[in-house]
Amino acid sequence: MSTAIGKSLARQRHWLALLVIAVVLLLVPFVAALGGQAWVCIANFAILYVFLALGLNIVVGYAGLLDLGYVAFYAVGAYAYALLASPHFAIHLPFWVILPCGAALACIFGVLLGAPTLKLRGDYLAIVTLGFGEIIRIFMNNLNAPINITNGAQGITLIDPIRIGDFSFSQDSTFLGLTLSGPQKYYFLLVALAILVIVVNIRLQDSRIGRAWQAIREDEVAAKACGINTRNIKLLAFAMGASFGGIAGGVFSAMQGFVSPESFSLMESITILAMVVLGGMGHIPGVILGAVLLTALPEALRYGIEPLQKMVFGRMIVDPESLRMLVFGLALVLVMRFRPAGLWPSPQRRRELSESAG
Amino acid sequence: MDTLIQQLINGVTLGAVYALVALGYTMVYGIIGLINFAHGEVVMIGTMVAFTVIVSLAGSGMPPLLVLGIGLVVSTLVCMVLGWALERVAYRPLRHAPRLTPLITAIGMSIVLQNVAMIIWGRNYITFPPMIDKQIFELAGASFTNVQVSIVFLAALMMLGLIYLVHRMRIGMAMRATAQNPQVASLMGVDINRVIAMAFVIGSALGAIAGCMVGSYYEIAHYQMGFMLGLKAFTAAVLGGIGNLAGAMAGGLLLGVIEALGAGYIGDLTGDFLGSHYQDIFAFIVLIIVLMFRPSGLFGERTGDRA
Repeated sequence: MSTAIGKSLARQRHWLALLVIAVVLLLVPFVAALGGQAWVCIANFAILYVFLALGLNIVVGYAGLLDLGYVAFYAVGAYAYALLASPHFAIHLPFWVILPCGAALACIFGVLLGAPTLKLRGDYLAIVTLGFGEIIRIFMNNLNAPINITNGAQGITLIDPIRIGDFSFSQDSTFLGLTLSGPQKYYFLLVALAILVIVVNIRLQDSRIGRAWQAIREDEVAAKACGINTRNIKLLAFAMGASFGGIAGGVFSAMQGFVSPESFSLMESITILAMVVLGGMGHIPGVILGAVLLTALPEALRYGIEPLQKMVFGRMIVDPESLRMLVFGLALVLVMRFRPAGLWPSPQRRRELSESAG
Repeated sequence: MDTLIQQLINGVTLGAVYALVALGYTMVYGIIGLINFAHGEVVMIGTMVAFTVIVSLAGSGMPPLLVLGIGLVVSTLVCMVLGWALERVAYRPLRHAPRLTPLITAIGMSIVLQNVAMIIWGRNYITFPPMIDKQIFELAGASFTNVQVSIVFLAALMMLGLIYLVHRMRIGMAMRATAQNPQVASLMGVDINRVIAMAFVIGSALGAIAGCMVGSYYEIAHYQMGFMLGLKAFTAAVLGGIGNLAGAMAGGLLLGVIEALGAGYIGDLTGDFLGSHYQDIFAFIVLIIVLMFRPSGLFGERTGDRA
């Protein structure tokens, strides 16, 4: 009897929490806009990274396949969008054609990367995926001669924004007396996409496929002995993670209006992986926390370091950009050192770690 | 034919450097089974320290070779300390943590080292002052310099020294024992912590020397140079069979030659569609092919569940 009441209370609290989150999400773009559109853009990137981190979470967190080249799929999606919706080839397809194309292309690349690396595990897989990411970047940088495909290091400019009929995401528009700027509109689009990927992640987690991934993560030989087709299941993880990366890349392209190989460096892969690991691998709220924190931290440092140095030393001693990365690196080391399971690990994983320690 | 010999000479020079760096990876991997992701940055710091020492001593009137020698020794010492510190900070506390954890701390450390280097030495390319008077030799239509000869010679010397250390000295025996079975080795009175620290220190020393070689060969240094170099050296270690010293040396030389030949011939092979600026992808292609068909490397033993 009392447990039934407790359960319904818990359910009520659950809905209340969701309601609060929804209200906060709704208010963020308007509060951020008070400080200028730049802050809305930062919020957009935070959500884009949530999206990417959750995509990578499928590969790393669920299936336990350490992928250091995730940015390659992001790049494939971004370049697919850029090439099919810009004056570069004078092709202007609508976004609802390109985004699925980009996702499919990234998915193919995911399988292409996954197939030869099926036998590899752990560190080796990390290095090969890293190499793959670099190969993609080197090609993007150099495929401007003899046929100009990617326009080399200059990148592709004037990419079409996402547009539905006359409703373009790059201009201001007014609904019911409320004016929404371009970045604010992208914000709501990104939130919708992020909710989609969160739902997919939650549904996958306890599905047959999700449990198969977790079995492979824990012990691949045992998983195989239990009748799991490890080859297909691992490829599926790569393909799904890659497709999410591809979609994120397409949205990134449309939002920025510009892509260049510089945006897809190894550092980007590492940052996304760090979001997953710092937040708590395989635990959706943890990964979201990691993504938001790691997007916000460098920005906070960017705005905080300069005044701080001026206050303490009276002048700029150290270039803020390098100090920002320095703090980022130190944060990675310290968090791993004192919370090896991440900031917000799943309860199950925390139990396992404390058991093995004790 | 001229190109072939020329590229072979360049490849062997580059390969000797890769081999030295690869030894650092392979020693650490052989003993604790982890990739020291920050090793490339140690090499970079080695180059930078040597640069600073050489530049500050260049005007002092000392003979150039002595200046170069001092630079080499100082940078080796700095890197040994760095390697030791790296092990203490990023690896030792996490020895029993999940395998991903030390990888992330190592990545964190390499970001830290890169940015420290950027703060100290700036974000531009720095030119390495040439300390050896360059002499050019001719061989069958190809040319090579005395710098290249001394790089190959010094690298060979270091490798012989390492082989002697590992197979003839007490600490080497302790290392081999730890690599086989840490628990049993510690029961036999081997101080595991000391052995692991030594592996990092020796690896870093070799890395520093390799760094000085790169600096005097290309006469240029940059705070991001460690990443690519480290990655290629790791490829070399995997190519030869990671954990295997002779394998790392052979893998380094082989990779250097493959890369040089690839860069020399890729234009002809693809009808000028791909040029020599694709040089960097050869290492990755080699890595992927090796791991696909022979994950234990050319000289490594086949192990069931290692990779």
